[in-house]
Amino acid sequence: MKKCLLTLGVITFTISVKAQVDSTLLKRIPADTSANKNMNMDAVYNRPFLQIGKMPVSVGGYIEADYQYIGEDGITDGHSFRIPRMTLFVASSIHRKIKFLSEIELEEGGKEISIEFAALDINFHPLVNLRGGVVMNPIGAFNQNHDGPKWEFVDRPVAMTEMLPATWSNVGFGLYGKQYFKDWAFGYEVYLTNGFDNSIINNDQNKTFLPAAKESAERFEESSNGQPLITGKIAIRNDKIGEIGFSYMGGVYNKSEEDGLRLDKKRGVNVVALDFNTNLPGIDTYITGEWAWVHVDVPETYSQQFGDRQQGGFVDIIQPILRRNLIGFKQATLNLALRMEYVDWNVGTFRETGGNISDDLWAIVPGVSFRPTAQTVLRFNYRFMQQQDILGNPPAKISGIQIGLSSYF
Amino acid sequence: MKRLVLIVVFSYLTLACEKLISEPPAEYEILDGPVQGLNTGEQAQFLAGDIAFNDEVFTAETGLGPLFVATSCGSCHAGDGKGHPFTTLTRFGQTVPNMLPDLSIGGPQLQNRAIPGYQPERLAEGTPFMNLTPPAVTGLGFLAALTDEQILANADPGDKDGDGISGIPNYIDPPDYFIPLWFHQQFNGQYIGRFGKKAAVVDLLQQVTTAYNQDIGITFTFEPVDVHSGLTIDPEVSDQTIRDVVFYLRTLKAPIPRTPDDQQVIRGKALFNQVQCSSCHISEWTTPSSDITALSNKTFYPYTDLLLHDMGSDLDDGATEGSAETYEWRTPPLWGLGLSPDSQGGQYFLMHDGRAGSIEEAILMHGGEGQNSREQFKTLSPADKQALIKFLESL
Repeated sequence: MKKCLLTLGVITFTISVKAQVDSTLLKRIPADTSANKNMNMDAVYNRPFLQIGKMPVSVGGYIEADYQYIGEDGITDGHSFRIPRMTLFVASSIHRKIKFLSEIELEEGGKEISIEFAALDINFHPLVNLRGGVVMNPIGAFNQNHDGPKWEFVDRPVAMTEMLPATWSNVGFGLYGKQYFKDWAFGYEVYLTNGFDNSIINNDQNKTFLPAAKESAERFEESSNGQPLITGKIAIRNDKIGEIGFSYMGGVYNKSEEDGLRLDKKRGVNVVALDFNTNLPGIDTYITGEWAWVHVDVPETYSQQFGDRQQGGFVDIIQPILRRNLIGFKQATLNLALRMEYVDWNVGTFRETGGNISDDLWAIVPGVSFRPTAQTVLRFNYRFMQQQDILGNPPAKISGIQIGLSSYF
Repeated sequence: MKRLVLIVVFSYLTLACEKLISEPPAEYEILDGPVQGLNTGEQAQFLAGDIAFNDEVFTAETGLGPLFVATSCGSCHAGDGKGHPFTTLTRFGQTVPNMLPDLSIGGPQLQNRAIPGYQPERLAEGTPFMNLTPPAVTGLGFLAALTDEQILANADPGDKDGDGISGIPNYIDPPDYFIPLWFHQQFNGQYIGRFGKKAAVVDLLQQVTTAYNQDIGITFTFEPVDVHSGLTIDPEVSDQTIRDVVFYLRTLKAPIPRTPDDQQVIRGKALFNQVQCSSCHISEWTTPSSDITALSNKTFYPYTDLLLHDMGSDLDDGATEGSAETYEWRTPPLWGLGLSPDSQGGQYFLMHDGRAGSIEEAILMHGGEGQNSREQFKTLSPADKQALIKFLESL
């Protein structure tokens, strides 16, 4: 926590110093959109930054704010304004082949402050780069590429944030690399990091819930069980077809021993994810999606409330319908958007009856987004969602509107 | 042109969302909700109890187990309705009336689940036991408000009226913390139980404390003994939480009958009385004055007599509680019966252990004092059977 505050203080100081500087010295470095070769793994650096003169440090960030009017089974808590997160980036080039980037997120108005990324990258070869620090585990695409301004929806995909634990980052080391060949790009990442803990099957969500492990601040200090979590991803991209990625994350999640005493057997968690994105030629429709499967070794003598298998994902379809100079913005874009998402937190059948275990959710979210610039998005969503309890009783119906903005700064 | 088509399609999809917020279910379709007439202070306590009952999930850190059956109250009573075999309780250790449960073999309840690293209880082979599916918890405050005198008025231990129906109370030894109220009567140090499948629970405080302790493995002032170690440990929930949950159960509304004016339902009700189901499933009761005004002098329709009845050998599980014989069961309230599938995953799991998959199956499982009604039901025409079932579904 002290480290967080210290880092935050440094950033705040940096920003306040910047404010004293002649603004003409500030140089905006836009995100690299010149080629189609950017992959999800590049997202962490593919952001707009501000640089002061020739200083080797650049800063940036993004903010999200929204309004929502949501009801469940006809009961609503009324109008609600939220600031889900504000994120600050600091990047620096220490050497031509050594760079550093940090991403610090303030959630819900500062209630939670977390380091999402703070890693040093050393380039040995395009295919061999060493990364160490707080790294983003490359499971799926959303965890790598989650910046609010990149998305046309107010809420993040449920499967990626409440089944997978996006954004999920840990202390660790690993390698990554990328290779181009004509229209093709190939990338890989593999990391050993700290991982999960017992909370994934021992939490107040009453379900197997990987994001529960994020509650532990100690995971940035030491591993909960001395067992590394391995996360790896390979992805391939073709300029005309799109990108597809396959990722795996797994390891022991529980503390099986302490002080030399055996507490339980080692229990594993394994996650596999598949992601893709493409731009349909001709109509310029952008499609992105991700699906993940989770398997957790839950003791048979524990409650089936905590499932040993989960699956879920989403598909976003974005259709630009207007792109032109508009109300003072060059090449402003108006999009239609549709998200379909599904999560099953407990795949399986009851031992007692053989009946299906539910505990699932699906949602359809149509929306409209307006991008006055590529870095800023205004979005209007209608969310319709149904969620069933573990027994499969009549679902809770959740629906309402969400209006939000998000922008890099 | 393509853009135009897309805009039209998208507009249609958006407009198809007829209303911004989904419609609430009709009041009679759900069991959750307070009785009418609570004042604001009472509503606040109802809300506190509602949150503790339906939202609080226990973890190992907050006291779960280490041996347990469920992680929360709401796990067993989804939407305050009947439970699913997934959270069936197993009770054992007492095989004859008025015998103290044999705690040396782990009774009175099996904790069949455990947090990681612990082993749950397992029944020794041959041990008599009874499985009990969780009951609906709505309307309990009305039953709790009745006087012992009202309950005794329907008792007929010797079947003096010769109708084949006896009906006797379960006389139990209440827990130490039980404080008799003006409407409780003492019988040689024992009191009349009125809750639970064997009517072995004297009041809602005992019901709540037993559930927290035996089902979830939670300790507190009233039940300080950990079910795993058998030793007292620090309290894991506050007395106030227990009081709030008791208040919540006392003030949950009674299920609201659906389609009472339907002709088939009216016909079914007449048949229900004709085949003498109503001898035990007594429809109408009126509360005396209560400390909660909303429960005072209210007429309600639970369809129970809160008494024990011989239900025959097929329903004799060989285990019991209090002064009940192993073949005796309390007449379960029938109100809310038609809403059971909404809390049991779309199916019926009826009778004390969920063995009946439909209302008709449940009727046909009645033996002992219920045998006469069962036989009369069998003689009904298919249309009349359907009318009777429709009436039960409307409750």
